[in-house]
Amino acid sequence: MPTASSARPVSAPPASDSPASSRPADRAGLGLLREAGLVAGKDIRIELRARVLVFQIVPFGVVVILLFAFALDPDRGQLGRVAPGLFWVAVLLATLLAVSRASAVEAANGARDGLRLSCLDPGGIFLGKAAAIAVELLALEAVLTAAIAVLYDIDLAGAPLLVVAALGATASLAATGTLAGALTAGLRARETLVPVLLLPVVVPVMLGATRAWEAALDNTPSEGWPWAALLGLFAVLYAAVGMLAYGPLLED
Amino acid sequence: MPLTTPPPTTSTDARPEADAETGLLRPRVAMVLGVATLAALTALAILGLAVAPPDAVQGDAQRLMYLHVPAAWLAYLAFAVTAGASALWLWSRTRAATWDRLAGASAELGVLFTALTLVLGSLWGRPVWGVWWAWDARLVTTAVLFFLYVGYLALRRIPGPGRERRSAIAALIAFVDVPVVHFSVEWWRTLHQQGTVFNEELSAEIEGTMAFTLWFAVLAFTLLYVYLLDRRYRLGALEEGMERRELDAAIAERLAEAPGRAVEAAARAAETARRRAEADVEPVGGAPR
Repeated sequence: MPTASSARPVSAPPASDSPASSRPADRAGLGLLREAGLVAGKDIRIELRARVLVFQIVPFGVVVILLFAFALDPDRGQLGRVAPGLFWVAVLLATLLAVSRASAVEAANGARDGLRLSCLDPGGIFLGKAAAIAVELLALEAVLTAAIAVLYDIDLAGAPLLVVAALGATASLAATGTLAGALTAGLRARETLVPVLLLPVVVPVMLGATRAWEAALDNTPSEGWPWAALLGLFAVLYAAVGMLAYGPLLED
Repeated sequence: MPLTTPPPTTSTDARPEADAETGLLRPRVAMVLGVATLAALTALAILGLAVAPPDAVQGDAQRLMYLHVPAAWLAYLAFAVTAGASALWLWSRTRAATWDRLAGASAELGVLFTALTLVLGSLWGRPVWGVWWAWDARLVTTAVLFFLYVGYLALRRIPGPGRERRSAIAALIAFVDVPVVHFSVEWWRTLHQQGTVFNEELSAEIEGTMAFTLWFAVLAFTLLYVYLLDRRYRLGALEEGMERRELDAAIAERLAEAPGRAVEAAARAAETARRRAEADVEPVGGAPR
């Protein structure tokens, strides 16, 4: 993307006082993370004001956890055995809501055009939006973990592995979710397309997160750490894919 | 059309109208290929059902292998072609409507052959394994593959600006995901249980006639793939051409109602419409002012 300064006459002094012309200097390196922080801050601020997470997404997740108890008989101790799987399915379903919310924020009032005009690096925008989703999901996971501990009578053993696996899985879900949101941005069929696109892609995340949590809860963390590593790799892979793809997608 | 035979070339790029008339192959070549495909499939039916001996262990059920294995091979080939064509579309130097159309046509065939692989495998698994479905790494990967590209096709169907770009990126994401899915599922299954029927089956010696039939089946199915790809590509080109021409005709008709405007105005409008229809070729995102 051409920078603002390239549009100026060649004779203009390169380092003028206007903020636009100082942009290319801090473009590289830290600038990207700073820009990501700006976008993430914006999304989280919107969330803090609108409270969609607190009033819609978290209750949804807890209801899903409750529904599983109705579907599987709680008295026979099945819930305890399959709790990690149920937990991550609930998180995955809630991710769909969070992703659709994150792209709805950009759809209204020409916010997408605003983002494009902001001259932020598309990679930074992607990281920022993914980070905002990740923060929301982590808050949701904290609540849902408490919910399964209480409702399914789970003893939260192996906390380090639980946390690391959750971080990896959350980053993976946020990166792929942001990508799916960008792919479907501006389409009327967005709400139905995102699940169809996203769910098959995150099969490895479900697998890794569930296995890692099972290992942690069974007090056999050595079996779980390789899965946590897989989650980390997945997150890095999709963060890279997303940063590359976001620019062209934003330009549509 | 002096288009040379198998691989799709960008030469259609120079003449936008030309590719609406032809497929990937010259019509004569496509017809010959169609006849050859039909002959090969007939020969395969005879070879597979009558000439090749029944399997010592699996009996006649094993004959499904002559369809199942080439279908699986074609599914992978088709998705690889989709990924390649999508990458070529995304690279601005090779960007052409050809690649987008090719990617879509190939993905449809890939989904078809993946479904065929799953159904045939299931039919074979019932008598041989005793179950319709097993949580084998390969089966799970194939099922995920199917849904990944169903999603891709769903995304492709949504019209609007940027459709080609979205589709191309989605195709590459799906392609990147397949090895990860396969690796993780394989890891999952090997942690739980050792040895599947596949290993045992693959290590078995394949008798000469059976091996020949299998290779012949792969060849026949590859011919079928190329033929169907050409047909689907041609259909896609015709659909696009129809939309464009209907718009042009409507504009020309509308302008003809105003007698003051000369024919050249109609021509100019038609030209604009055509250029807009091919707007995807233009670079996007100029200097933000």
